[in-house]
Amino acid sequence: MKEIFLAIWSYRHFIVSSIRNDLRSRFARSKLGGLWMILQPLAQVAIYALVLSRIMAAKLPGINNRYAYVIYLMAGMIAWSLFAEVVTRSLTIFVDNGNLMKKMAFPRVCLPIIIAGSSLVNNLLLLVTSVGLFLLIGHPLNMAMLWLPLLIGINLAFAVGLGLILGVLNVFVRDVAQVMTVVLQLLFWLTPIVYMPTIIPDRLRTVLEFNPMMHMAVAFQNVILYGRAPAIAGLVVIAVAATFLLLFSLILFRRAAPEMVDVL
Amino acid sequence: MNESLLAVSGLGKAFRDYGSEWRRFASWCGLHARTKTETWVLRGVSFHVARGESIGIVGQNGAGKSTLLKLITGTLRGTEGTIAVHGRIAAILELGMGFSPDLSGRANVHHTAGLMGFSREDIAGVIAAIEEFAEIGEYFDEPVRTYSSGMQMRVAFAVATAFRPDILIVDEALSVGDSYFQHKCFKRIREFREQGTSLLIVSHDAGAVQNLCDRALLLENGALIKDGDPAEVMDLYNALIAERENNTITISSHASGRAQTISGSGEATVETIMLLNAAQEQVEFVDVGQPVTLLIQVVARKDIPRLVLGYMIKDRLGQPVFGTNTHHTEQALENVRAGQRVEFRISFPMSFGQGSYSVSTALVSTDTHLVNNYEWRDLALVFTVSNLSRPVFVGSAWVPPKIEVCSL
Repeated sequence: MKEIFLAIWSYRHFIVSSIRNDLRSRFARSKLGGLWMILQPLAQVAIYALVLSRIMAAKLPGINNRYAYVIYLMAGMIAWSLFAEVVTRSLTIFVDNGNLMKKMAFPRVCLPIIIAGSSLVNNLLLLVTSVGLFLLIGHPLNMAMLWLPLLIGINLAFAVGLGLILGVLNVFVRDVAQVMTVVLQLLFWLTPIVYMPTIIPDRLRTVLEFNPMMHMAVAFQNVILYGRAPAIAGLVVIAVAATFLLLFSLILFRRAAPEMVDVL
Repeated sequence: MNESLLAVSGLGKAFRDYGSEWRRFASWCGLHARTKTETWVLRGVSFHVARGESIGIVGQNGAGKSTLLKLITGTLRGTEGTIAVHGRIAAILELGMGFSPDLSGRANVHHTAGLMGFSREDIAGVIAAIEEFAEIGEYFDEPVRTYSSGMQMRVAFAVATAFRPDILIVDEALSVGDSYFQHKCFKRIREFREQGTSLLIVSHDAGAVQNLCDRALLLENGALIKDGDPAEVMDLYNALIAERENNTITISSHASGRAQTISGSGEATVETIMLLNAAQEQVEFVDVGQPVTLLIQVVARKDIPRLVLGYMIKDRLGQPVFGTNTHHTEQALENVRAGQRVEFRISFPMSFGQGSYSVSTALVSTDTHLVNNYEWRDLALVFTVSNLSRPVFVGSAWVPPKIEVCSL
């Protein structure tokens, strides 16, 4: 385990420059460039807001803002977009970099870190834009938002752990990536992002309780929209799950690494 | 300075097929999963490389050369055995990889050098030298997608060799690119060698191996079958190829990639063909200017009124270099009986330039094969000429000069 951290440390420059390159090359030939990073989730929010605001607005009692639903949506989106981006990109991380791994010897563990870093930068940009938007529509900052760094950290750890496990498996069984695109979509709808948990029948709500991303989304909504501390119990469960996933993914990764290049 | 820079012992690599991926996953969890098939591409390879020593690795396609290099570089992990490296390795396995097409050459250089483990300060210190070595001018700051493949190769080689490694691994990748840059690359490789870098070179080019290497390794079917003096190893290698050629004589594809054709009515056939040196030993590898004898044994299958042997020596590209026949030399044989064996000994000095040559033979009745073609055999023999003892020269002929220089 110690070697892994040493390798990461000695390759820190590479990791930083890779994150920069990653962000840069993703928008290299588009006119709006990096603006797309925030335009895309914002557009998604705008679509949901446009389609659903009439139906959903009434379900948000206790908030005196015409745009309450938009804020609710954005809070959930901030949580979801980081999770989804990390998992989706980790899924194909080794397959996409197969050529590189076959030709160059470098600590493979850099790859998931680069993804985590670039997704985090993305997410922070989205957060900053959202906050700007909140101020614009009359939703002030609140003290509960100080929870955000912790929430984002747990969210990231959880996503990286899960993504890395799936990414390793996907090298050997390529169906994993195919299945996961469907599963992720299902998970999105099983997470109260565009709807409120209160509109779900009780029986179904117990099912939702098993979705870790539900607790994550609710925590973000509590902090951003309602300005109150998130439910600790849910957070602890995800944090513990994230730790286990991360540890397991590192062990799995170490076991699988020697055979990975053989099948790429 | 006789410490071991690279020590490989008992190295083996197997590609495993578990039959089911679930069994593979189980094997990671410590469960003893039986593998369905194991394909060993390399096994029991052991050798040492001393500091500053250069090694050539030769072998036929599929012998395991590339796998060995990948194992030493660290991109592949061995199944058994150990590799101990005391120093930094740089590999020029396949150039141009890892470049992002939308980033500039400069950004890619930073990225690739980072991938090799260098810090930003290190890279900043050599980026000017890299730009200068690559010689691609303003393109250095243009996106890589606008580069020609030659330009990509220039940048890639410049990065790969920006820092002098302790071991430089060179695969045949260098055969691409324009000859000006190839020379520049070889110059740098030689400089590194003089400064104490060990080279590990994979090449089919006997000249390069003899020129650059102190020792050579011969791999065959994943095993190290010879470790020794380059000339000896190349001879054994050539013998192996020759053996394979004999075995695949009916298959029309030749080791050199050219098609081999054997045609004719079959009244007479070439039974043996070999090249002998002055000591009457069979050789496939000849020094420029050495006297050699081309020995050809022919057997007649039927009674033949008149038998003429013709032979033609062609260069690598199939261009004739020299050819004649026994009709022109007025040595045609009359009334050859069925079952009779004839031996031809053709002696000549090896006045050819460096390169690979092939011999074609023709058994006919007159001066052309258009009247009676008993047997026509392309690529009957392949040999290599190397310049070991003469002053450097280029071209396909050795025309020993006598140069007089007098200042007036």
